[in-house]
Amino acid sequence: MNGMLSVLKREVKGYFTTPVAYVFLVIFLFFSSFLTFQNGFYEARQATLVAFFTNLPRLFLFLVPAIAMRLWAEERRTNSIELLLTLPITVTQAVLGKFLAAWAVLGIALALTFPLVITVAWLGAPDAGPIATGYLASLLLAGVYLAIGSFFSALTRNQVVAFILAVVACGVFLFAGSPRALNYVSGALPMPLVGAMSALSFQSQFESLLRGVLGVGNLLFFVVLIAGSLWANVVVLEERRAA
Amino acid sequence: MMKVCDLRKRFGTIVAVDGISFEVSRGDVLGFLGPNGAGKSTTMKMLSGFLRPDSGTATITGYDVVRQSLAVRQNLGYLAENAPAYEEMTVDSFLRFVCDARRIRGAGRQQAIDRVTQSCALQAVMHQPIGTLSKGFRRRTGLAQALIHNPPVLIMDEPTDGLDPNQKHEVHRLIRSLAKEKCIILSTHILEEVDAVCNRVVIIARGKVLENSTPEALCKREGGTLDEVFRKLTAPKRPAVKGGVA
Repeated sequence: MNGMLSVLKREVKGYFTTPVAYVFLVIFLFFSSFLTFQNGFYEARQATLVAFFTNLPRLFLFLVPAIAMRLWAEERRTNSIELLLTLPITVTQAVLGKFLAAWAVLGIALALTFPLVITVAWLGAPDAGPIATGYLASLLLAGVYLAIGSFFSALTRNQVVAFILAVVACGVFLFAGSPRALNYVSGALPMPLVGAMSALSFQSQFESLLRGVLGVGNLLFFVVLIAGSLWANVVVLEERRAA
Repeated sequence: MMKVCDLRKRFGTIVAVDGISFEVSRGDVLGFLGPNGAGKSTTMKMLSGFLRPDSGTATITGYDVVRQSLAVRQNLGYLAENAPAYEEMTVDSFLRFVCDARRIRGAGRQQAIDRVTQSCALQAVMHQPIGTLSKGFRRRTGLAQALIHNPPVLIMDEPTDGLDPNQKHEVHRLIRSLAKEKCIILSTHILEEVDAVCNRVVIIARGKVLENSTPEALCKREGGTLDEVFRKLTAPKRPAVKGGVA
């Protein structure tokens, strides 16, 4: 636990002593707001944040792997991984510490969108439920992208390769549920598989939570994916020791 | 204090370490010598727990480096090749991070930082990012993190590489001052360094131990300086040149 906290603390400090966190926050806030207004935030004349949340899966698809790509690839490139893994810290603690620090930065980014919440509360009487579950869904989705990105970052010392692999992997999961993708595979795959593919896509799980219903199945989906990706991350790093 | 027994490691088809065995006791400073690619760094990485050996065993302060890796790492100070560190961190925050990771807290933390700052002469650069430091300061920062928990065993991969003669002298003085109560292994290409600080020497080439002795005994037996002995033992054999014209 202590080892994890020391890594977490170091990483969070690292984000804010370099431009990484600031650049990320500015870009995220700019694009998330821009897309929200482009989606007709005011024109819809509804006191909801649907126009904001709808864009996040696609926006995160590029921004989260950009944060995740450096997690392990950078350690391997500068060889600081040799320092980190010869301190009395387990690989699991190191993986969790790095993941939680990056997730905290993503959480801060989401928290900084609070003016949108104030705006809808000022202009109307929004239902708090969908807003709360919307933020939770966004945080969980960011966590899933991050855990997948962290796994790919552990596979290579090249950050560009880690970024591309993470975007492709997350993109496949995201767009698997889109009508076009389902239409395309429905001719080749049996219907139950097409149904499973639709249910397991990030988009459908995310949209379920956006409706304001806190489904155990939806939460479990994200938690299992995060845990599974982080576990794979630990396995990759342990295997590299033995390789 | 350290016992290495038939340690082996291969990377694909390349055999990096091929059955290395040696022992080091408290009070010993062992110079680990060998040409480039001999397997020195790989051996040190295995002893530090960074790499897992394919076979063989190694114990440090009685703990197995594979099965009790965490206990080994608590008792070991390790300076890796090129002294890797987090470049964006200042020396001070880097040492604080190492203290956190090693659970050195409270008053003990500041004392530990003050002690290594002084012994590694880092006072002038404490608030400078590591990425902006000269090679010498960078290596001394690495040395400071390896010494911060006052470990009984120290493993250093080329600790004086890139240091100027004055800095080298200081590091040698530091190693000699630590030698009495610790078990130290250092790899080096600088054979004068062995004369300056080591009381034991292990020469390896192509992953095998060629010599395990004291510098004096080795020079006496082979009849020459350590430099000559090293070359005699490790230089690649040149094929005999056939004379005559076809």
